[in-house]
Amino acid sequence: MIRVINAVLAIVGGVGAALLLYYVLNKVVEGLPGKWEDRIKPYVFIGPAVLAIGLYLLYPAVRTIILSFANAQSTAWVGLENYTDLLGSRDFQITLINTLLWIAIVPAVTVAFGLGIAVLADRLGPQAEKLTKSTIFLPMAISGVGAATIWRFIYETRPKGEPQIGLQNAIITLFGFDPVAWLQLDTLRVNSFLLMIILIWAQAGFSMVLLSAAVKGVPEETLEAARIDGANERQIFFRVIVPQIWGTVITVFITVLIVVLKIFDIVYVMTNGNFNTDVIAVRFFNELFRSGDNGRAAAIVVMLMIAVLPVVIYQVRHFRAEEAAR
Amino acid sequence: MTTTGTTPPPTAAPSPVKPRRALPLPGRREAAPGRGQASPLVRAALLLVCFLWLVPTIGIVVTSLRTPDAANTSGWWTVIASPLDFTQWTVANYRQALEAGMGNAFINSFAVTLPATVIPIMIAAFAAYAFTFMEFRGRDILFVLIVGLLVVPNQVALVPLLRLYGDLGMTGTFAAVYLAHIGFGMPLAIYILRNYMSTLPKAVIESAKIDGASHFTTFWRLIVPMSVPALASFAIFQFLWVWNDLLIALLFLGPGEREVVTVAVAGLVGQQQQGWQILTAGAIVSMIVPVLVFLSLQRYFVRGLTAGSVKG
Repeated sequence: MIRVINAVLAIVGGVGAALLLYYVLNKVVEGLPGKWEDRIKPYVFIGPAVLAIGLYLLYPAVRTIILSFANAQSTAWVGLENYTDLLGSRDFQITLINTLLWIAIVPAVTVAFGLGIAVLADRLGPQAEKLTKSTIFLPMAISGVGAATIWRFIYETRPKGEPQIGLQNAIITLFGFDPVAWLQLDTLRVNSFLLMIILIWAQAGFSMVLLSAAVKGVPEETLEAARIDGANERQIFFRVIVPQIWGTVITVFITVLIVVLKIFDIVYVMTNGNFNTDVIAVRFFNELFRSGDNGRAAAIVVMLMIAVLPVVIYQVRHFRAEEAAR
Repeated sequence: MTTTGTTPPPTAAPSPVKPRRALPLPGRREAAPGRGQASPLVRAALLLVCFLWLVPTIGIVVTSLRTPDAANTSGWWTVIASPLDFTQWTVANYRQALEAGMGNAFINSFAVTLPATVIPIMIAAFAAYAFTFMEFRGRDILFVLIVGLLVVPNQVALVPLLRLYGDLGMTGTFAAVYLAHIGFGMPLAIYILRNYMSTLPKAVIESAKIDGASHFTTFWRLIVPMSVPALASFAIFQFLWVWNDLLIALLFLGPGEREVVTVAVAGLVGQQQQGWQILTAGAIVSMIVPVLVFLSLQRYFVRGLTAGSVKG
């Protein structure tokens, strides 16, 4: 109960303090001579937001880069040692390969699947379409931890002869095969693929919703024209619809890509990176929290930043283009 | 589901998802294949996909209601054979899960999520107003920086923050977590609100100015009330994001007295001797709030999605 009161106090206090700050600063600025008021007021309005971003994103990001050149306790400089150690270890190479596999598979599959469902559901009646989309979309609200718990009941393994409580093993034993310890099966990275399925399950709804809106926005005249010219449905889809929604396809792809780059909870809860399923964000957590190695954890984050950099550049250019078109 | 086709998101970039016209228009899709004209094959395929999407979730709902014996010795689907055998059903799992720490964690989750959702809204609204309606040096550069930060993963901040919190003695406090979420959520909040505000009619603001209203008054009396849809979009997005977060809660609060629901469920997964039925009941307790929020406010959530999900 005390915690709830504390939370309420934090909200009231936080909002109240911020409001008071704005009010007082505003009054002070209004007291200034006209020209100065106009010059200073914008900075009063953006001040607290810029402070929050500076304190929680910019300053720590710079610190992280610096710490990546220091040792585990950040007491001495070690140069590039954290990077060379990580990149030289077989363990971390596997982590990188796994992360690349996730990047290669999950965004593309999520986009393709979402687009397929969007186009097919568009042909249903309004009620059926709504129901279909809600069903696919619902996992968006479920946490990675929740999703991992849910999928435990698909992948769980019991010794041969005992009744299987995992669905996947129940099905294969039904056909006379031996049960498989799915999450430990790293042949051909099967276990990693099974973890990817969980993320695809969770993200497909997002992809479908955005792409569905885009497909519905394709002007009917263009489809009409293609039909008159004798195009079949397949040609219309690939030559008329897809080019017109390409911008959205890229947006969804990038969004899922970012989710994949920092995928943590699903892998952490399912395997904690064991059985060759480690990915970069889980490795980061274990270096930072389990091993207490600030230097290596920071070096991993710097690699992550480098990987994200092209996306940041794309994002900014895209934004500039949109602004110019306004 | 909301009819996303008819409700274009308020946010312009990064997605060009802007249906060029509302649906349905008379005469639209009169040629094959149109609305309600799906072939039986398409219907069957979609039905199958929906079924596959629901099965995993149904599995844990069913398991959470079964007795420990039943849950640990047979697959949940076996209940289909005898759904009316009431000796296998129980709600005791939920009581046990709540007593095993989920009840405590449930309250903790609110203690973290509510401040993390409400506080940034106002700070971001002020900033978004300045970015939209005021002229100042460095405005465009600052906003481009915010757009870039949208896709930067939160991990960039965690190593120094963990040290800083340790030095300040803040590790293990709710404030440590919600303050971090306020910072991490800020670029997205400003971005969503600014994009929405820039679609508001400039004439309204101009006439307020002519009537002698100050920026402060214009902001409170005009812009905030008009921006409610965008404020709601961000609030829902941030609420789900913070509630469902594991990484930051694990680092700054950890397991124990102050653990939040995600940390608690992750802990239950690790100690399965407690039994599947407790884990499933706990997982459902952790999911019930976001799912309800999501289902009841889906419309706003979808609007926020366009910009929201690029959050790093």
